[in-house]
Amino acid sequence: MVLGTYKEAVSARATDKQIQKVSQDGGIVTALLSYALDEGIIEGAVVAGPSEELWKPEPLVAMTSDEILSAAGTKYTFSPNVWALKKAVRQYGLEKVGTVAIPCQLQGIRKTQSYPFGTRFLADKLSLIVGIFCMENFPFASLETFISEKMKSSPEVTEKMDIGKGKFWINALGEDIGLPLKETHGYEQAGCNICPDYTAELADVSTGSVGSPDGWSTVLKRTEAGISIFDQAVEVGIIETKSMDDVKPGLPLLEKLAQGKKDNAKKESDSRRELGLPVPF
Amino acid sequence: MLARIKRFLGLGGKPEKQAKPIKPKDDESSQQEVEKVADKPRIGYIHLSGCSGDGMALTENYDILADLLTDMVDIVYGQTLVDVWYEDGNNQNNPQMIDDMPEMDLALVEGSVCLQDEHSMHELKKLREKSKLVCAFGSCAMNGCFTRFSRGGQQAQPKHEAFLPIGDIVQVDCAIPGCPVSPEIVAKTVVALINGDMDYLQPMLDIAGCTYNCGCDLQKNIVNKSLCTGCGTCAMACQTRAIDMREGRPEVNIDRCIKCGICYTHCPRSWFPAEQINKDLGL
Repeated sequence: MVLGTYKEAVSARATDKQIQKVSQDGGIVTALLSYALDEGIIEGAVVAGPSEELWKPEPLVAMTSDEILSAAGTKYTFSPNVWALKKAVRQYGLEKVGTVAIPCQLQGIRKTQSYPFGTRFLADKLSLIVGIFCMENFPFASLETFISEKMKSSPEVTEKMDIGKGKFWINALGEDIGLPLKETHGYEQAGCNICPDYTAELADVSTGSVGSPDGWSTVLKRTEAGISIFDQAVEVGIIETKSMDDVKPGLPLLEKLAQGKKDNAKKESDSRRELGLPVPF
Repeated sequence: MLARIKRFLGLGGKPEKQAKPIKPKDDESSQQEVEKVADKPRIGYIHLSGCSGDGMALTENYDILADLLTDMVDIVYGQTLVDVWYEDGNNQNNPQMIDDMPEMDLALVEGSVCLQDEHSMHELKKLREKSKLVCAFGSCAMNGCFTRFSRGGQQAQPKHEAFLPIGDIVQVDCAIPGCPVSPEIVAKTVVALINGDMDYLQPMLDIAGCTYNCGCDLQKNIVNKSLCTGCGTCAMACQTRAIDMREGRPEVNIDRCIKCGICYTHCPRSWFPAEQINKDLGL
């Protein structure tokens, strides 16, 4: 299946105004992790928190809703969250850990859960993994090129970054500046080119922007744990939902992009194999 | 009992292949299925130049250990776990010593083998003859790990300098890397073995031939091959915290790396068990 296995797709957003203000889209990751924390479903969450350098995230073991909120918003560069899971379990002594992960991070986490060769009593403590859709990721230097060289702006005045409607956008000094995605090609990291997973197929719940209107997120409910937590959050009113059939552009666009990523990944994998290079999928 | 082990491993609630229960014969009154392993695998545990850390990991399956040892496997050989060992020439003064090694379905070998230690060399070769499956148990046995740094010159055996992964001396069928291995992987392996779940064991069979590892595997086989995505799994798995993530790439402190191979083993881009993962997640 092009979107992976899921039970139900909905369009959703967090009802909390504070989350809506800072979130990238519907604030689903922030709302779900905060809710799980409040309910004791998790004791802490590894998120992509702020670092000393603007727009360069750093994995953060968040122990409060405020800390989770501090990580809201997409950063289009690396945050090795999987690394910090060990910190959460060992240094913080957490028994139930939540995290947010992009598809390649989920691949590392799920492989560790199925084959925990050297990670004693760690994999079983991951209670909730919220996956986010990911087309590709960029080295930090690529972002600098986009913002400083191509868009003639600077990270200091940038307030939001977003990819949508064929462009890489920044909002700087109240102004939206768009860079055609064609100009970002060749700046993504090469490891992304063989990745066949767009919608975080191995997450408990996956969420992302594509398919839903601005301010809303598309959510795919996957595992039993994920379905149960998401439904609870809807029931208590933390998250509101709309049927996917009622929103534009809806699932067809999501499916189209997911299929495109799979096709490109296969093409790249095949060409690497022809060169005699190893490819894991 | 198998169900209990599966719960312990977090495998409960999902459709799984169960071990074949023994059905009572038709002439017996009770039709209840008895959940007991029919032919308990005979397991040996041999300790060469290792630190016992992997054997200890086995015993750290606290909740299920007693059942495991009583109902699921027969440990037929090994110094620490059953007090049975073998010696050439047979020392008559020690009642635990036996003059022939028992046949084994699976031999877990912990530690590398010292070329200058005749007894170890002999025990390993004998074990190979007597075992259907030889498993390099832990990184020392698989790829040398810490003993890669050995160079002799110490009391009381200054000549004992060369330590090799067992795969350099005998044919190895499967490997479980880790320094130490995790208790869970031991339990999962035993369950797979009893279930005859060869799909689960396949990666361990595949990596058995790999007798050399180092933190540089990441640079050489992942980053240099354009496979790295900066996920951080290697740094999470590293058991000596020798790996930092810098600009989305692993940076290995080579003075801290003990060559256990766990970073490369855990990297989702070295090998990827997609079907097993979907099965485990119920997807």
